Amino acid sequence: MATVPVTEHTRPPFWRDERVLTVVAQVVFLVVVVLVFTYLYNNVQAGLRARGLTGGYGFLQQRAGFDIGESLIPYTADDSYGRAFVVGILNTLKVSLVGVLSATLLGLLSGIARLSPNWLLRTLVSAYIEIIRNTPLLVQLFFWYMAVMLKFPRVRQAVELPGPIYLSNRGIAIPWLRPEAGFPVWIGFVVAGIVIGLIVAKWRTNYEERTGQSGYPIVAALVTWVMFAIVGWFIAPGTPATVAKPELNGLNFQGGTRMTPEFAALFMGLVVYTGAFIAEIVRGGILAVSKGQREAAKALGLNDVQMMRYIILPQAMRIIIPPLTSQYLNLTKNSSLAVFIGYPDLFFVAGTVLNQTGKSLEVISLVMASYLSFSLLTSLFMNWYNQRVKLVER
Amino acid sequence: MKRFTLSVITLVVALLVITACAQNQATPTTAPTEQTGAVTEQPAPTPVPTKQEQPAAEGSLLEVVKQRGKLICGANANLPGFGYLDQEGNYAGFDIDFCRALAAAIFDDPDAVEFRPLTAKERFTAVQTGEVDVLIRNTTWTLTRDASVGMDFGVVTFYDGQGIMVRKEDNITTLEDLQGAAICVTTGTTTELNLADQMRARGIEYTPVVFETADNTFGAYEEGRCDAVTTDKSGLVSRKSLLQDPEAHVILDATLSKEPLGPAVLQGDPIWHDVVMWTVFATIQAEEFGITSENVDDFLNSEDPGIRRFLGLEGELGENLGLTNDFAYRVIKNVGNYGEIYDRNLGPGTPFELPRGLNDLWTRGGLLYSPPFR
Repeated sequence: MATVPVTEHTRPPFWRDERVLTVVAQVVFLVVVVLVFTYLYNNVQAGLRARGLTGGYGFLQQRAGFDIGESLIPYTADDSYGRAFVVGILNTLKVSLVGVLSATLLGLLSGIARLSPNWLLRTLVSAYIEIIRNTPLLVQLFFWYMAVMLKFPRVRQAVELPGPIYLSNRGIAIPWLRPEAGFPVWIGFVVAGIVIGLIVAKWRTNYEERTGQSGYPIVAALVTWVMFAIVGWFIAPGTPATVAKPELNGLNFQGGTRMTPEFAALFMGLVVYTGAFIAEIVRGGILAVSKGQREAAKALGLNDVQMMRYIILPQAMRIIIPPLTSQYLNLTKNSSLAVFIGYPDLFFVAGTVLNQTGKSLEVISLVMASYLSFSLLTSLFMNWYNQRVKLVER
Repeated sequence: MKRFTLSVITLVVALLVITACAQNQATPTTAPTEQTGAVTEQPAPTPVPTKQEQPAAEGSLLEVVKQRGKLICGANANLPGFGYLDQEGNYAGFDIDFCRALAAAIFDDPDAVEFRPLTAKERFTAVQTGEVDVLIRNTTWTLTRDASVGMDFGVVTFYDGQGIMVRKEDNITTLEDLQGAAICVTTGTTTELNLADQMRARGIEYTPVVFETADNTFGAYEEGRCDAVTTDKSGLVSRKSLLQDPEAHVILDATLSKEPLGPAVLQGDPIWHDVVMWTVFATIQAEEFGITSENVDDFLNSEDPGIRRFLGLEGELGENLGLTNDFAYRVIKNVGNYGEIYDRNLGPGTPFELPRGLNDLWTRGGLLYSPPFR
């Protein structure tokens, strides 16, 4: 060391060279990570061997042997564990999708209402948000299930609303379309109506932006769609569908369609809970738009609705979207609390499969992979949307 | 350029390390096995008995339990009569008494037990991971559980059958009357599977409403969510006593399945398995001999070689099991024979008043039959 002439450009020894140290730190970190995972993997393997358990996903092909209360696809006890899993996944997606849409609507309206000049409205919404946001979701789910849904009268004393809609502790039975011979043709027209309606909406929006005249895009789109549905109804051979009314037959309602109390309770619980959080996000987003924008909108003579629709919300969106994504993810993951109120979601079905087969590692890995995929897909979509609405900087 | 050189060096070093690790991985996994072995030597709460090990007492859970000084028993906390918390907050019940009997056999102290309340869904994982030493939680012995779930059964403490409870006002008397019904059931049970099988066999359409815990299942039934609720008949009797108006409900005569309930231990530990089995047999044999907790001391003077062997006055039966020779005496003295345990928890004088039925000695027309103690 002493032989090295001390000049300005001499590099420090490598154990004090910042560039070397950062690299070494990264290598050490990598090694630690690899070691930890190797240990965990070996531990799992050794543990499984010690207990004489075999791994593998072959069990998914075996006959499940248990029934599931509600399913979007045909399922019986004779189907495989794999299909039971799919039933669970679809049930989770069903409640998540409907839940996310409804929670967004509820949250948006509540968030705006909380800023309303109307004292009564503002106070009511504040009370809703504060109560819901500050109590555990599980408690709320039990409330919706035990104290609301199951407190309806028993089937034979079901409350009859016009329709007829029946409310009982077996759920809500409503009339529903029963497909007849011409149904596929008619559905074709309905779908075509949606597509053409969207095109019409786009065209009217363009017209609006080009000329400044009101193009009524939503009204035009709806009219187009309804026209298609009506025309299709008459063109289709025979009657496309008849209305099946629910009727009490034996122990339960037959005909029509029913929403089970489990689904209804989970749906209500998730929507009301997540809606309260979304309301706060929306309120924050709106308040973050500078006051000048509001004043400018007033000066231009826009009314409150127009101001919200054209000036405030588009700018607030940029602030709202990222935290909103988290809430969507939360809702999806919170739906696994369904297990406590008997709604057969993914986690619930997986639990049953786990219990019947004893394949804990495999089942848990499948459940984790499923929720991870849901979350990543949601994030992906929301990030894409965020890119679209974000301020274009020039 | 320097930067580039550094990156290359980093990459090489990282690769070297990873390869080294991979080699570690490739070598037969002696290392982890040794580690687990080391853990077993300490009085660790998570014993790892391996199948490959020699069936010597050292490798058995029995040694671990002895060193720990208490037994950890997986139990039910929600089934009156079988496993529940009594008014003083202590565990009590038929299954609980067998946990205590096991503790008495090992430690001569029926209170050297720690109870872990488990749901139907959690129970096998708890045994698999070694969280509990033994599972005595109204668990049905089935082939799948014995084979692929990794349990070992072997002795039945209670012969049960699955039943269905309905409301009297619904006038349901047979399974066929349940066409279109909603039926509440607890998940993770054989009940769930039997229900599906039986209803399919009879062509009865039904909607299962499945819950995680028995409390939720019976809660929803009571609220009227379901027309019927199903579980083991003993469970129905027990639960019926908890309903607001027990008289408004009736248990159908139909029996859906055989439900032999018994203790389960982790597969691959024959020594521990034997201890559990023979503790149960001791209670049965004692009833056959007419030995009770009251009169067991009188039998110490008995001339009957069978009884002398049983109580450990002659021979080395207990020590062969890895226990003391008087283990049966300890069980009987501290907990009582099978009949005493049954009557205390389920028999006349309890709210259930379950007749012995199949759960009587073979000499009285039941199924209880202990192999000889010799």
